[in-house]
Amino acid sequence: MNKRITLMLNGEKRNVDVEPNDILLDVLREKLGVKSPKIGCERGDCGACTVLLDGKTVRSCLILTIEVDGQEIMTVEGLSAGSLTPVQESLLEHNSFQCGFCAPGIVLAATELFENHPRPTEEEIKEAISGNLCRCTGYQSIIEALLDVTQKARTKV
Amino acid sequence: MTPTKYVGESTRRVDGLEKVTGAASFVDDLEFGPNLLHAEIVESPYAHAVIKSIDTSAAERVPGVVRVVTGKDFPYRFGLYMQDRFIFPSDRVRFVGEQVAAVIARDAKTAKRAAQLVKVVYEELKPVLDLGEALKADAVLVHPDLGSYTRCPWFFPQAETNIAHWRKTRKGDIEKGFLEADEIFEDTYTVPRYAHCAIEPHAIVGLYDRSGRLTLWSASQSPYTQRHVFAQALAPLGISHKDIRVVTPYIGGGFGGKAGVSMEIIGVALAAVVRGNPVKLRWSRAQEFYNTYQRQGVIARIKMGIKKDGTITAIEHTLHWDAGAYVEYGANVVNAVGLSATGPYRIPNVKIDSVCVYTNLPPGGPYRGFGYSEFHFGLESHMTTVAQKIGMDPVEFRRRNAILEGDTLAYGAKMNPSGLHEAIDRVAKEIRWGEKEISKDPNKSIGKGFACFWKAPAMPPNAASAAFIKFNEDGSLNISVSGMEIGQGYLTVMAQIAAEVLTVPPLKIRIEPPDTDRNAYEWQTVGSHVTWGCGNAVKAAALDAREKMFEVVHRAHGFPHDTLYLENEKVKCRTHPDFELPFKDFVISGIQTAQGNFIGGPILGSGVFMPEFTSALSDPETSQGGHPNVHYTVGAAAVTLEVDKETGKMRVLKATLAVDAGKAVNPDLVNSQIVGGMVQGLATVLYEDMRYDLKGKLLNANFTDYKIPTSMDIPDKIVPIIVEVPQPDGPFGARGIGEHTMIPAAAMVANAVEDAVGLRIKALPITAEKVALALSHISYEDVKGSYMGFCFAGKADAYAFRTGGPKRKPPKGGRGKGNSRRTGL
Repeated sequence: MNKRITLMLNGEKRNVDVEPNDILLDVLREKLGVKSPKIGCERGDCGACTVLLDGKTVRSCLILTIEVDGQEIMTVEGLSAGSLTPVQESLLEHNSFQCGFCAPGIVLAATELFENHPRPTEEEIKEAISGNLCRCTGYQSIIEALLDVTQKARTKV
Repeated sequence: MTPTKYVGESTRRVDGLEKVTGAASFVDDLEFGPNLLHAEIVESPYAHAVIKSIDTSAAERVPGVVRVVTGKDFPYRFGLYMQDRFIFPSDRVRFVGEQVAAVIARDAKTAKRAAQLVKVVYEELKPVLDLGEALKADAVLVHPDLGSYTRCPWFFPQAETNIAHWRKTRKGDIEKGFLEADEIFEDTYTVPRYAHCAIEPHAIVGLYDRSGRLTLWSASQSPYTQRHVFAQALAPLGISHKDIRVVTPYIGGGFGGKAGVSMEIIGVALAAVVRGNPVKLRWSRAQEFYNTYQRQGVIARIKMGIKKDGTITAIEHTLHWDAGAYVEYGANVVNAVGLSATGPYRIPNVKIDSVCVYTNLPPGGPYRGFGYSEFHFGLESHMTTVAQKIGMDPVEFRRRNAILEGDTLAYGAKMNPSGLHEAIDRVAKEIRWGEKEISKDPNKSIGKGFACFWKAPAMPPNAASAAFIKFNEDGSLNISVSGMEIGQGYLTVMAQIAAEVLTVPPLKIRIEPPDTDRNAYEWQTVGSHVTWGCGNAVKAAALDAREKMFEVVHRAHGFPHDTLYLENEKVKCRTHPDFELPFKDFVISGIQTAQGNFIGGPILGSGVFMPEFTSALSDPETSQGGHPNVHYTVGAAAVTLEVDKETGKMRVLKATLAVDAGKAVNPDLVNSQIVGGMVQGLATVLYEDMRYDLKGKLLNANFTDYKIPTSMDIPDKIVPIIVEVPQPDGPFGARGIGEHTMIPAAAMVANAVEDAVGLRIKALPITAEKVALALSHISYEDVKGSYMGFCFAGKADAYAFRTGGPKRKPPKGGRGKGNSRRTGL
């Protein structure tokens, strides 16, 4: 019943054998060794399992792995291969995270936001991370850090 | 105080880089190789039932199943403060979702499939789901053997009842206090259950290797306490403390839910039966809701005597707690409240009864605030109501009665230094108390609400902290402690404290989450005590390391200790200004003499702290004579709330909270606690709403139906305020603030709703739905029936609303009976 699929994972071509009902989140974590997407609710509510699928944020707990054959997946491991991105840099400087369990998902949601809107407003920032639950921070420190990315982008222009 | 360089600075978190890069590992992220087994439990569908038989044969026949375990395999009791639980019950189940068996399989899918094939025959018993029912003389008993349970000496269970513990505190003369009062006000407040909702579910991996070593990788706030409870539970197998190692990597939020031992005991038992193979148990989100701990529900009756000038003469505070099926930890929440339910006020005559009641709902336990969030809702609602009734401003009323250093607490000890008055004044100023704000939208009304708070850590008197410090060749250092980084910034703060003493910058300090084989002891990371307790141990370890450095320099160079000091990672000498010795030149390799030999060796420091002045021994009838709490942290908070009069929707325009941190070791992290705790507290009043069905099953065990705030649901503005009245026995004057930031939220919103629209809501939560119904003069219980927190069914008056304002219609029958006395409690 297994099927071999091929995907681009963090810039590297990877093959993996999957069963038809294997969930992408489980395959990433158990078969491909990518641990930054977290298991929080397994029903698309919390956003801890967020990955970028062809550049767009998706909840990997709601996706069958067999569907992503031939597609491109990016996780925080791929983002951090070199130096920190401006988003990560700002979140670090602002002490934005507490326990850090939601951090990979929020970093990716923010990454997608800045790809599409280099200068988002506060409302756009709130909207962009509204699918990622954080129980520690009350979000303020995260929003401030992302606004700061905007400020820096503005001063560069 | 002497100026500090690192303490008091908003330094970057030492774990920040690991978290933004995804490098931070949690239990479920660790690799255990191809032999890792997976477990799934079989759950009780009944709230109360006798287990007649369990047939595991069909499950055992499934290919890939390694073992099926039931209560017969582990007839051992466990519990932190009271041993009232079995690892797997073999006699009866006591809540929906309780584990009755577990299947261990080669993979998770197989375990899940096979678990459905375990056949359990039950005989249903009448469940105890209501506090009134639980307290009746002929009540069904949740624990018929209560009288025989092993427990800590300060718990007082009443055999042959459902009362697991009753904390009584008596001060002064309560009758005289009420006689002296010009007015007496009495009311009842209801707080339902809540869930922690840490985003990381509980997980444990256990490996009982063939040599007899048992290692647990556990998502826990309490590695040492877990080891101790595991050792007690497994003593019949011949396993003792030295055979057990608990490793706790980063945890994805705790909030009390990962304190003590809950599901982890199952992981330990499973590891013991599949010797040589690691086995993993990870809770689903649903299990996270109903089989860890829930915050306990409470019905609180407050009777307050007051003079015309606003002086409180007496308080009688009676709290009945829905503590759930097991109270091994939850009874201590009840105990803590029983000592402190006066709130931060100087009240000469006090009578507190805090009663822990078994029910057939999920086990109650610790949750950020440890009972104080629960009782402050009633108390701080009552404070505002009472002030209004005597025509006094609610803030002035609080100010007048606010506790002062040296005041006698309800249990007889003295109050520690307190910045409560400063907190009240700064919050009142920030929220512009007394200035009415008018919404531009005629359908909306703006109100302000105020609340004070206090909280002490609830710890046994011998709760200890220890720390080791070791230097590295480059002059950097490692701190070894066993407090848990649950997000609050504990590791960073410990690094800052060591940095202050040793002059090494925090980012040159490596400090990691615990491992009981290697790290120094810590009781648990609970009670907001680790900055204070473990901070004292780290400071002592740093001073010890400094002394050792001085000794090496003294032996090599002859300078007396008292002439030496540290500056910028060097040892210097007051009498020899030219002398300076960088740490990296000697902290490992020692100091070379003219003869070529070396003096010294690796520098190690150790420190311990235990609050030796505390005692839990006191008169059980009055609680007088002991010193159960180390100190209280105090503060105040306020909110500006806009209420939509048609929909009931509320928007927090501004919230502010001042907390007396003693000394904010890292102000940025204190502010983060204030904002995060405030939002978590606001969620318990505005959004979260736990629903049970009539048979005790939780209906909304997921984030779709149990709403916690997203980034779109936060206040428009939160202003954190730090007050610093030093705690004399704290490291650099610091005391804990983590839990406190959640405590005042519910009451301040209730007070603001009343200010805005004239509704006094005395039962949490205060959702938009409830406000809208009340504004339409529809009684909430008419609509909700018993679905509204089933444990409180039949408590209609607690759900009723007192309508206020001249334009409102009088309430219909069945509502507006706020001052009625209840029976049966």
